[in-house]
Formats: sequence, structure tokens, C-alpha cells
Amino acid sequence: MEKIRLNAPLSKEAAEKLRAGDTCLISGVIYTARDAAHKRLCELVEKGEALPFPIEDSVIYFVGPSPAKPGAVIGSAGPTTSYRMDAYSPILLRLGHRGMIGKGARSREVIEAMKENKAVYFGAIGGCGALLAKCIKKSEIIAYEDLGAEAIRRLEVEDFPVTVVIDTLGNNLYELRENVSSVR
Amino acid sequence: MREISAGLISETIARLCIEANIKLPEDIKCALECGENREEYPVAKEIISCIRENYSIAEGTNVPICQDTGMAIIFLELGQEVHITGGDLYTAINEGVRKGYGEGYLRKSVVRDPLRRVNTGDNTPAVIHTDIVPGDKLKITVAPKGFGSENMSKIAMLKPSDGEQGVKDFIVSAVEAAGPNPCPPIVIGVGIGGSFESCALMAKKALMRPVDESNPDPYYADMEKELLERINALGIGPQGFGGKTTALGLNIIAAPTHIAGLPAAVNISCHVTRHKTEVL
Repeated sequence: MEKIRLNAPLSKEAAEKLRAGDTCLISGVIYTARDAAHKRLCELVEKGEALPFPIEDSVIYFVGPSPAKPGAVIGSAGPTTSYRMDAYSPILLRLGHRGMIGKGARSREVIEAMKENKAVYFGAIGGCGALLAKCIKKSEIIAYEDLGAEAIRRLEVEDFPVTVVIDTLGNNLYELRENVSSVR
Repeated sequence: MREISAGLISETIARLCIEANIKLPEDIKCALECGENREEYPVAKEIISCIRENYSIAEGTNVPICQDTGMAIIFLELGQEVHITGGDLYTAINEGVRKGYGEGYLRKSVVRDPLRRVNTGDNTPAVIHTDIVPGDKLKITVAPKGFGSENMSKIAMLKPSDGEQGVKDFIVSAVEAAGPNPCPPIVIGVGIGGSFESCALMAKKALMRPVDESNPDPYYADMEKELLERINALGIGPQGFGGKTTALGLNIIAAPTHIAGLPAAVNISCHVTRHKTEVL
């Protein structure tokens, strides 16, 4: 299967071309955030304060990596389950946040916000943190160091492998898989 | 009385925490290999291939298989003729967890309070389950448990009239509801009977049994086989992208229960179902 090369930050135009089921390799700058960081980001939005990274066209990776060994860029770094971010993602999507990388199902509210704001939800393979970490070339904590694994990191990635799970039209690979149930 | 020092217990726990997080048990590796061979759908085949490559990289480079290095669940079988010296048992265990998660560069994933949510910074405290048994040995099992899958677990207080069919349907519906969230292919621990809390604990203990071993009671061994087939026919597949390999194994533990009750618990675990045991 031909893999689509994408740059992060991700433009609206590039996002709109993607379809559920496409496999992609992302290169560029992405940010990590999971439960606690999302809560803080949304509190900043509510107060009208600046976010710690440019949100427009941003790609956020839902991950809390394990600590880097001496000399390593990062530890194990696979995706966490995305539905726990469902309460927060629409708030960020309305600000132009373009791509989310995680695993698992999303809520109707998130999918509606994705359609309205032309955003994409990517899946990375859960439980493959050692493999995925190889695509992370640089990692730097830029906010909320007190959160430990949950701090926001700026990552530079090269050919980070993902699958488009939900596209800008709301097509959902988890529902499309009904089509492949003939394989059982 | 045989003496075992608290220091030895700490050292052992620390080592088991690291080893369990880096090296996947052989039974899971075999089940993944079988899954990859059985899959015809290319997407499913490729995902399992990545999963297998991942655990090889982890083992080869001493990096955790998954970034969620879990809450440290500790099972103890403490011989009643053992005397712990030089400190108390549970402090020694938590000291071992602190050391293992620190020295092993494992993720610290525990918050002190469920609602105020401040990370303890060292992955303590562990969840400790102790059985007192005959003899003068201490058997320690460390099972780091990730919560992506733990969150998909369920318990039901069914009625006796729900019977075997009710229990089976509950188990399958729990897996179906979990869908892609717990990182399939999953491993499923089932508790049937007992009381509310013991049923959940049986489900957890069922995850400690290798997936290639059946329940010793043929009645439950058949049920395990039937449920695994039903679950793998759901079509969820690796990562929820479709396929035949939704679960690698399903283990049941059953126990006596009350005349009014039929508790059933499903503890879901991901393809990184880790546990390591040592006997002192």
C-alpha cells in the first residue's frame, strides 16, 4: 500500500485530501498532550490566555512517553486511548488544531468539530512504543514539566507511521471495517 | 521458620518490574505469531507484524514494550512458615517498585488521589494481593497493568436465572463495547462467581495464566474455547481495523458463590500482557 507523506504542522489543504484508511508518514513538528495537559490547555482557552505552542494547523500526539535513557531521545512512545481527550478536543479544534494522533474511538461531538474545522484523526499502533520511538528525532519539554510523563513536549518526527481513522468528512475507519468483516 | 530479608524482596521486585516491562512472555509471543499467520486481511497482518517487531526492538534495546508501564500489580503467595526480617513486607515491595521504575526508566503513572490527581513520581504505591499458603517460600508475581485496557473492564451482578448464556453474552458484549480502545489483540481474564470484589480479583488472576493453558475443568475449558471463537468472529481485529485476531486468549476462573448471585467480571488486557514470577 502506497503511503502518503505529510508535513506537520498540517495544512488545511493537505488535511482535506486525506481519506479514512489512508496510511501516512508524518514528518515535522508535533506536540504531545494527554489528559492533564489537555485540561490545562482548555483552561487557558477559557481564560483567553496564550497557549504554549501555536495551535493553528498543529498536530497533537496523545502520548505520555516513558523516560529517556541516557543518550536516548525519548523512551517508549506509543499512543494512548483517545476518548479521554473527547471532552477537550473540540475546544482546540475550533482554534484550528488540525490533526490528532491516538488510538480508539472518538465521540460524535469530536467528529462534528472535526468536520466543521477540517481536522483529521490519525491512529498509531497502540502498544508499539519502542518501534514508534525510532521515528522521534528530537524531544523537548515546552510546558507543564510538573506533570512528568504528561508534560507537553515538542517532538521532531521523521516518517512517523499513522493511519487516517476519521477524515475531514467524518468517514470513520472503525465503522468502515464492517466492510472487511467478510474476512472472518 | 525460614527467614527472608526485606532487602531481598525489594531487590527481587525491582528486577521483576524491569524484566516484565521489557520482555513479553513466550505464550503471548506464540499467540501473536499464530495470529499473524492466520490473518488473510493485509492490514491486520501488517499490524501484528509491527507488534512483533516492536517487542523484538524492546527486548533488544532494553526499552519498555509499551510506554504505559502500568500500575504495579503484585501477587504474593506467602508461605506461613516464612518470617520477613529487616523491615515490613509492604514497605519492601513499594521500595522495590520505586527502585525498579526509577532504574529501569519506566513511566511513573500513579496519582496519589483519584480526584486531586498529583503524580506520586515513583509509581508507588503498588496494588498488592497476598495469599497465605502452606510452606516456607514466597512466590512473587509482578504484573504491570496498563490502563487503556483496564478502563474497558466490566463487572456485572447477574441473576442465577441468567445462567451460562447470560454470562457468555455479558463477556462478549464487554469485548464488543471495548472495540478498538484496549489495543487489540487483547487478552481476556474472566471471573465467575464469588462475591463482588473477589470476582474482579479472579478476573485479574485469570490474566496471569498463560494463554495456551486451559481451565483444568473441561466445562470451563470448553467455555473458554467457545468464547474465544465468538470474540474472534466479531471482526474487530488488530487495533480495531478489522480481522480475525481480536483476542489472543481468554481465561476463566470460577469460584463458589451465593444462592442469590451470579457475579461475572471481565478484565481486559492488551497484547502487552506482562507478568513475571519468582519464588524466594
